[in-house]
Amino acid sequence: MDITLPILILAIPITMFLILGIGGVKMSRKMAGVLGILGMGTTMTLAYTVAFTYFFSGDPAFILDGVRQQFQVFDATWLAFTEKLVVNIGFLIDPISAMMLVVITTISFMVHLYSWGYMEHEPGFQRYYAFLSLFSFSMLGLVVATNIFQMYIFWELVGVSSYLLIGFFYKLPSAVSASKKAFIVTRFADLGFLIGILVLSYYTDTFNFQALTSDPSAVLSTTGGATFMGASVLTWALVLIYVGGMGKSAMMPLHIWLPDAMEGPTPVSALIHAATMVVAGVYLVARMFPLYLVEEGALTFITCVGAITAFYAAVVACCQIDIKRILAFSTISQIAFMMVALGVARPDLHEGMGYMASMFHLFTHAMFKALLFLGAGALIHAVHSNNYTEMGGLRKYMPITHWTFLIGCLAIAGIWPFSGFFSKDEMLAAMFANDWLWGAWMTMVAGLTAFYMFRMYFMVFWWEENPHYKEHKPHDAPWQMSLPLIVLAAVSCVAGFIPFGEFVTWNGEPYHIHIELQVAVTSLIVAACGIALAAWLYMKKNNKPAAMKNAMPVLWQAANRRFYWDEIYMFITHTIIFNIICKSIAWFDRHVIDATMDSFAKISQKTSVAIKGMQSGNIQVYVLWYFFGAVILAAITWICLL
Amino acid sequence: MDYSQFSAMIPELIVLGIFILVFLFDTFAGETARKADGMLTTVLFGLGTVAIFFTGCMPKECFGGMYVNNHIELVLKCILNLGVFIVLVQSLKWTDTPDMKLRRGEFYELLLATLFGMYLMISARHFLLFVIGLETASLPLAALVAFNKKHNESAEAAAKYIMTAVFSSAVLMMGLSFVYGLSGGSLYYGDVANAVAEGPMSGMLIVALAFVLGGIGFKLSLVPFHLWTADVYQGAPTAVTSYLSVISKGSAAFAFFIIFVQAFGAVYPDAWEWMLYAIIILTITVGNLFAIRQRNMKRFMAFSSVSQAGYIMLGVIAANAIGMTSMLFYILVYIFSNLGAFGVISAIENQTGRLSMDDYRGLHKSNPWLSFAMTLAMFSLAGIPPFAGFFSKILIFTSVTASNSMALYMLVLIALINTIISLYYYLLVVKAMWISPEEPVVSSFRSSGSERFGMWICVAGIIFIGLVSPIYGLISKLVTEDAPQLLAWLG
Repeated sequence: MDITLPILILAIPITMFLILGIGGVKMSRKMAGVLGILGMGTTMTLAYTVAFTYFFSGDPAFILDGVRQQFQVFDATWLAFTEKLVVNIGFLIDPISAMMLVVITTISFMVHLYSWGYMEHEPGFQRYYAFLSLFSFSMLGLVVATNIFQMYIFWELVGVSSYLLIGFFYKLPSAVSASKKAFIVTRFADLGFLIGILVLSYYTDTFNFQALTSDPSAVLSTTGGATFMGASVLTWALVLIYVGGMGKSAMMPLHIWLPDAMEGPTPVSALIHAATMVVAGVYLVARMFPLYLVEEGALTFITCVGAITAFYAAVVACCQIDIKRILAFSTISQIAFMMVALGVARPDLHEGMGYMASMFHLFTHAMFKALLFLGAGALIHAVHSNNYTEMGGLRKYMPITHWTFLIGCLAIAGIWPFSGFFSKDEMLAAMFANDWLWGAWMTMVAGLTAFYMFRMYFMVFWWEENPHYKEHKPHDAPWQMSLPLIVLAAVSCVAGFIPFGEFVTWNGEPYHIHIELQVAVTSLIVAACGIALAAWLYMKKNNKPAAMKNAMPVLWQAANRRFYWDEIYMFITHTIIFNIICKSIAWFDRHVIDATMDSFAKISQKTSVAIKGMQSGNIQVYVLWYFFGAVILAAITWICLL
Repeated sequence: MDYSQFSAMIPELIVLGIFILVFLFDTFAGETARKADGMLTTVLFGLGTVAIFFTGCMPKECFGGMYVNNHIELVLKCILNLGVFIVLVQSLKWTDTPDMKLRRGEFYELLLATLFGMYLMISARHFLLFVIGLETASLPLAALVAFNKKHNESAEAAAKYIMTAVFSSAVLMMGLSFVYGLSGGSLYYGDVANAVAEGPMSGMLIVALAFVLGGIGFKLSLVPFHLWTADVYQGAPTAVTSYLSVISKGSAAFAFFIIFVQAFGAVYPDAWEWMLYAIIILTITVGNLFAIRQRNMKRFMAFSSVSQAGYIMLGVIAANAIGMTSMLFYILVYIFSNLGAFGVISAIENQTGRLSMDDYRGLHKSNPWLSFAMTLAMFSLAGIPPFAGFFSKILIFTSVTASNSMALYMLVLIALINTIISLYYYLLVVKAMWISPEEPVVSSFRSSGSERFGMWICVAGIIFIGLVSPIYGLISKLVTEDAPQLLAWLG
């Protein structure tokens, strides 16, 4: 493949970032917006070209005997620390990175377009577009990384752009603290990632993905059977690397930053905190999947964490008022779904279908969750509030938003023929194949998903009209915002029919998707029950919800407060860590380290005053010093030596 | 006589050629044409440097081995040439002043003459040639220091310089006469090394070592041979000061390395490691302690350069190939950092005549770019990452720790503590420029094109030299080629 396109895919967004970041202040809003959108549009076209070439050209570099190959477009030495420790930077193209290129650029382009309408009146419009470009660059660099170190670097860059965008409204204290929270929590998780990378590369002498995954059993043998606390070092490395993924993908107990991240502008939530960045953890596991297969302990860990998170987030989502928070918890739940699907995938179970299903769901979820977030943005734009209590009955006022949002809800609930149905069906089938327990558990979560999504849908678009509408009539958003909604809704309608297994599988061999009737019917029935329950409770104004809330106040309150995770964190950090550990360290710092430095300063100052006479300005004295210096030097050496 | 051996001396011949061209031009050109002296020298010198870089690549020696021009010598000459080029560019504005009208040519001629001497110092493998080089470098420098002869300070500085230089030469000669006696009548480094290796450790050898150290220590301003530095740096024209602080030091440091490793290598570490050990600690510490108190920028830079010379000497005490490499690298980085600082100092001096650190207060408001360049230079001198100075310091420390001796670890520790102290006074300048709340003393002005060009070279060097690893790698490769021959005498 020609090297130009891949380089341009990375170069255009970073150039846009530099142009908008440095020159943005002097640009008009229109100029900045057009530049950003054009840049992203071009990147999208290029990414499509690359993905299309990869999937359809039939070049033997890409597909050999029907098996899709990993292909490094380039892989240049970047930092050569020692002979072994070499960090490369390159561009890897394989089924999942090609798919991610399409997903990222599509959603990013939609968000660029949407933001033009949504952010129109916000100060710092140019800065916003600069950050969006930076994020797109980082995310693209992450998915095409040829080695785990490059991925780590872009991983952190993604974290930084996320931090910048969450804190975009930096005058709001809540936005600032949310951005800090997101950064610190993910950074903390990345510590695990980094240690994992170091352990892995220490034993394997390579960062390169191809080298690591092409022959995983050889990698295992390089560890020489070393163990640590009862588990092999490879398991440790993989679990630690997964901890990094847990942070970015908001798995329990590191999920606490994602709901708060909703303080950022809504399009940002759609791009970063729903469609692209938060699936980085899933992508990471998928990228190293052959290694995980060798160490099934790590996969079981992933499955368990995913299953618990999925259920927890779904329950919490049932009791939130803020529509963006509901979507945030829904995102956590859906990502956990993907994680479970990856965790249960085995080559001998439906040819590793779980992997394919997970990636399929990543793809469809990106589309419909971005759609839902952008729809939520349109609602917030119209009503100027995040809470559904301020909404209700909006279907008459905002038909475009209503219909697209409904499509999004149907897709996430898993109703045929919308895209979510297909991917969810594959995932559930894979889970049932592994163990019926996983299947049943996750089917229940799918039912909860349908329930809370339609609870929100009915509360927003049905229920009772808010009396404020008379003073301030809500209306559909301008075309820049409606167009992405329509496009994404259309994609969500048809994406399920993509023969995804032909493109993305764990080992590159095509897999023919077929609907598992049993699973499909079960999940459809469960989803329909969830929707029906939601309709019964929330379609018309009534006091059933209030009665339910009053019937179990403790549970409702706990779910509403997210089962007190934030309070637990506060207790651990503020009460325990800050008081006990930090205070003693601070004492040490002040009385030992600072004191040492101060003594240097004092001694230097005093000596400096004491010896200033040496520099008298008299040439005679200079020469004396000179001569006696040489003589004394000789004398001392003489005495010491003889 | 075999004249073809002169072809080994291409660098010297090129400098000499430029010298003659400039001299002839300055003598015979008309009044107006002579204004082009500076530009002519600079351009010729730039071309000459490129020529040296590309023509002198073959290791050569001549005059029966008195003169050697190997890879490392060539690399150092190119590094020094780069520094001289920057000095030339930076001084263009100063030599353009009406005051300099009649003396402009002399400045360039003297400068090239000293450089010629330094080349000989670097390439010498015979003490006679070394002394000739040293004197050829010293005497024109005295004239240069006295260049503002109408200013008392300049005259005083020159007097102090020439007297100390004469005295140091006397000490050096005394030492060399002992060396002559020791070696049984030869002044070749190789012969001296043989005699030193075979003979017993004698008092004469120690005295000879101490005196030779003193003689070269003068050029490097090692403590206690440094006392002239502050007065001379302050009194000399700023262009000359910057020349003294980097070029003169760089060449002397290299000659020092060669002499101690080649001629006295056999008595390392017994005799001179401890001598050098004491000198380095004294130099770094005393330089720092005096630098803390200075308010005049040129005096401040003088003591800073004393302290920096101590760091350069760390490469000598390491006495290995890494030490040589990191010393050359340190000199290169030091050239960029120090000349960057001097570029700002002279730009401000040329514009306003102000030289006190207090005059730099609030400079960022009136001259942000100058403040930026100065800040980078200070950061680099202090060794703050990611600027070049950080890398050069870390490399030179690494070279010292390579020999795994406890005493040398202690030395590095002391050097590190001194780095902290030096951070204080370098940051004083930065603080004055950026943090002091006062209104700027120096009003906003635009530096001349040449000044800006010189500063941009330095800024680029400070930012990129450290980050671009091939440069260190290249020096390292060349040094490794010469190392077996170079370090053969080490005990």
